[in-house]
Amino acid sequence: MAWYIVRRFLQLIPVFLGATLLVYFLVFSLPGDATAAICGERGCTPAVIAGLREQYNLDQPFWIQYLLYLKGVVTFDLGTNFSGRPIATIIAEVFPTTAKLAIMALVIEAVFGIAFGLIAGLRKGKLFDSSVLVLSLIVIAVPIFVLGFLMQFLIGVKLQWTNPTVSGDATFTELLLPAVVLGLVSFAYVLRLTRTSIIENVNADYVRTATAKGLSRKRVVVVHVLRNSLIPVVTFLGADLGALMGGAIVTEGIFNVNGVGNTLYRAVLNGDGPMVVSIVTFLILIFCLANLLVDLLYAWLDPRIRYA
Amino acid sequence: MGNHQGGRRAARTAAGAPTPSGGPQPLLELRNLAITFATSNGDVPAVRNAHLTVMPGETVAIVGESGSGKSTTALAAIGLLPANGRVSDGSIIFDGEDITHASEKRIVELRGSSIGMVPQDPMSNLNPVWKIGFQVRETLRANGLPSGPSDVAKVLSEAGLPDAGSRANQYPHEFSGGMRQRALIAIGLSCRPRLLIADEPTSALDVTVQRQILDHLDTMTEELGTAVLLITHDLGLAAERAHKVIVMYKGQVVEAGPALELLTNPRHPYTQKLVASAPSIASRRIESAKKAGIETGDLLAPTASKKAALDRVIEVEDLTKVFKIRGSWGKSTDFTAVDRVSFSIARGTTTAVVGESGSGKSTVAKMVLGLEGATSGSIRFDGVDITTLGRKEMFDFRRRVQPIFQDPYGSLDPMYNIYRTIEEPLRVHGVGTAKSREKKVRQLLDQVALPSAMMQRFPNELSGGQRQRVAIARALALDPEVVICDEAVSALDVLVQAQILNLLADLQSELGLSYLFITHDLAVVRQIADSVAVMKKGRLVEQGTTDEVFDNPQTAYTQALLAAIPGAGLVLPPEVA
Repeated sequence: MAWYIVRRFLQLIPVFLGATLLVYFLVFSLPGDATAAICGERGCTPAVIAGLREQYNLDQPFWIQYLLYLKGVVTFDLGTNFSGRPIATIIAEVFPTTAKLAIMALVIEAVFGIAFGLIAGLRKGKLFDSSVLVLSLIVIAVPIFVLGFLMQFLIGVKLQWTNPTVSGDATFTELLLPAVVLGLVSFAYVLRLTRTSIIENVNADYVRTATAKGLSRKRVVVVHVLRNSLIPVVTFLGADLGALMGGAIVTEGIFNVNGVGNTLYRAVLNGDGPMVVSIVTFLILIFCLANLLVDLLYAWLDPRIRYA
Repeated sequence: MGNHQGGRRAARTAAGAPTPSGGPQPLLELRNLAITFATSNGDVPAVRNAHLTVMPGETVAIVGESGSGKSTTALAAIGLLPANGRVSDGSIIFDGEDITHASEKRIVELRGSSIGMVPQDPMSNLNPVWKIGFQVRETLRANGLPSGPSDVAKVLSEAGLPDAGSRANQYPHEFSGGMRQRALIAIGLSCRPRLLIADEPTSALDVTVQRQILDHLDTMTEELGTAVLLITHDLGLAAERAHKVIVMYKGQVVEAGPALELLTNPRHPYTQKLVASAPSIASRRIESAKKAGIETGDLLAPTASKKAALDRVIEVEDLTKVFKIRGSWGKSTDFTAVDRVSFSIARGTTTAVVGESGSGKSTVAKMVLGLEGATSGSIRFDGVDITTLGRKEMFDFRRRVQPIFQDPYGSLDPMYNIYRTIEEPLRVHGVGTAKSREKKVRQLLDQVALPSAMMQRFPNELSGGQRQRVAIARALALDPEVVICDEAVSALDVLVQAQILNLLADLQSELGLSYLFITHDLAVVRQIADSVAVMKKGRLVEQGTTDEVFDNPQTAYTQALLAAIPGAGLVLPPEVA
């Protein structure tokens, strides 16, 4: 097991190198002069431009630039963005908000998705099951920005239960609505996945045997049906955690959340190469770690899986 | 052996059915039970008018083929029908109480503590994610019994699980099939039920393990005075283990009575057919092939005997297969699945390779088919070592050696209709034109006694026996010389099995085929094989002609295998056997 974890961490190295190279290359090959983005409308004097080029290694060929960037990362120096602020500071500033939002969304989709999926699965073909299936299909089909604006308008503007947008503090109550919107689509998937899995397991031989042992219906469902059914659901949730941590550009945009997604979006618009590369690399690492976590959780849920 | 069994049974009936004041009351009584399943095509009756009684301490067996309603009947007794099934008529009376429409609460009370169950398939009936001990403990706890680690260990060791204390901390996948079944028996009997429903408790196990488990189950239920409702497809097993046998056919009880009487004097035509076709140690080689062999032998006596000595279509010599098993920290260990095995198949005869699961017999079959490379040794087909064949020669070789596999449900592509299934090998090998291929397919279907109208049907529309006929037709499409049957009849019901074995024997005499028959079932071997090779843990422990091996087994292992055939110990009047 320990060896497995070590190996998985070692696997992060090629993933990290490949991802950064790719992202760096894409940003590098964008048309236009990077310094133009910094100088803005008014333009800079040639001397200033030359200075900026030197500061950001833009005068070097691609490979040198990339290696210099790697050197920075390894020594925990992500450099500064085009506005001169240290990138590490910016990430440290916006990431907690995104993490908070992601975990809230994950909890919402897991709790409600599994609960609704369980009930629907046990009552296959009944009214609850059919209506929940139709609703989840609608949620999956309607684009997230429609749902987001709709809920913002209804709950935030009309009913005024909560602020329509999130302030800089990003308190729990403010984040609740964006978290619901963010978790909505995955909630529908979790629901459907749980439902299918429950229907499959409820007819398993070991469930019948458990019933024959004289266990109560409740215990059979919780101990023998639910745990076995959660294995595929956990895989999905884990992958989703990685995606949510990456920040939801649309949702953060709608509710004005100062998170990773929004920051990345602005960096892309501004052509802020160093910022884009750093954030994307950071997100890739988060995603890999979330996946490792899922695999370990998987082994815990299903003892037949052994990592060696 | 037979006398011993019979004697023990007689003693048990006397001791096991106590007569309380007021006369004996049946423990379980099913009266005119009818069960229907709701399907999209309306209600389908599964069981009609079923009637049976189980006295306290008595063992009653329900015998029937798959789909006969035997399991459904038994499961109804503890309210375990599938969601779409219901008791539509009749009543279920347990210990004087009508439980046909008892409340869920009452049924839960009865389950485990009054009526226990040992299910069929040990591989799928333990929850893979919980430790064995946990699954025993929750049974004890649910029925209000002490459930400490020592209680759990006691229950497991009673069921014959060695080293129960530490075994309880293992997961099902760390157990062998036999051990899992012991754990399930432990669970079924842990709360000392008065009735145990044993649904094919050993049909998934090897024959020697089966015997141990059944013996143990016998002893335990006898000691505890538990009545057993045994469900089985095996008439020999039922007769050997039960006081009373009930035969079910298409949802109805067609015959019931004391075990031996039913076996020696079957009245219903279905029971008669069942008794006649049950393979047992007493049965002989199916005649058609042998007769053909004798005829040609008579005609060509002087030359044939000389030629027969030389004409070995397959010769296997010192065949060895070593698998590398990956261990922790990247180390690997060697596992010898097949260890210096040598045997040969004379042209036009059948050689059987028998052994328990894990004996390496299927690995031998795969290597002879060229599907698995040999680690060392040689396999000569018509004098040519197939382990050295190139790509093209291998393609040719495959045409001459064809397989038939165990599971007719898994070995046919569900998306291919029957015509396409049988025609595919012809097309792959570029035989004939579309027209001549169709003619060939018709001829093949005729050979395996299927109507040619079946060509447009799909495998899911066919019964198990019909599917296996299709698999045989496919194997014969390329006019092979050798057919390798890997447990080709073990998934089939006994009547269908007899039909398929007859078909194989007929085809052998008609086409001069040679068979390599891989099986764990010695009774089948007796019916089909001319010579036998017995494998144990990768080694060949005994070989000879079928008569030699069966009449005079040399090794203790072969003797044990023979003794373990259900019904082997029964003494039957000669006209039945």
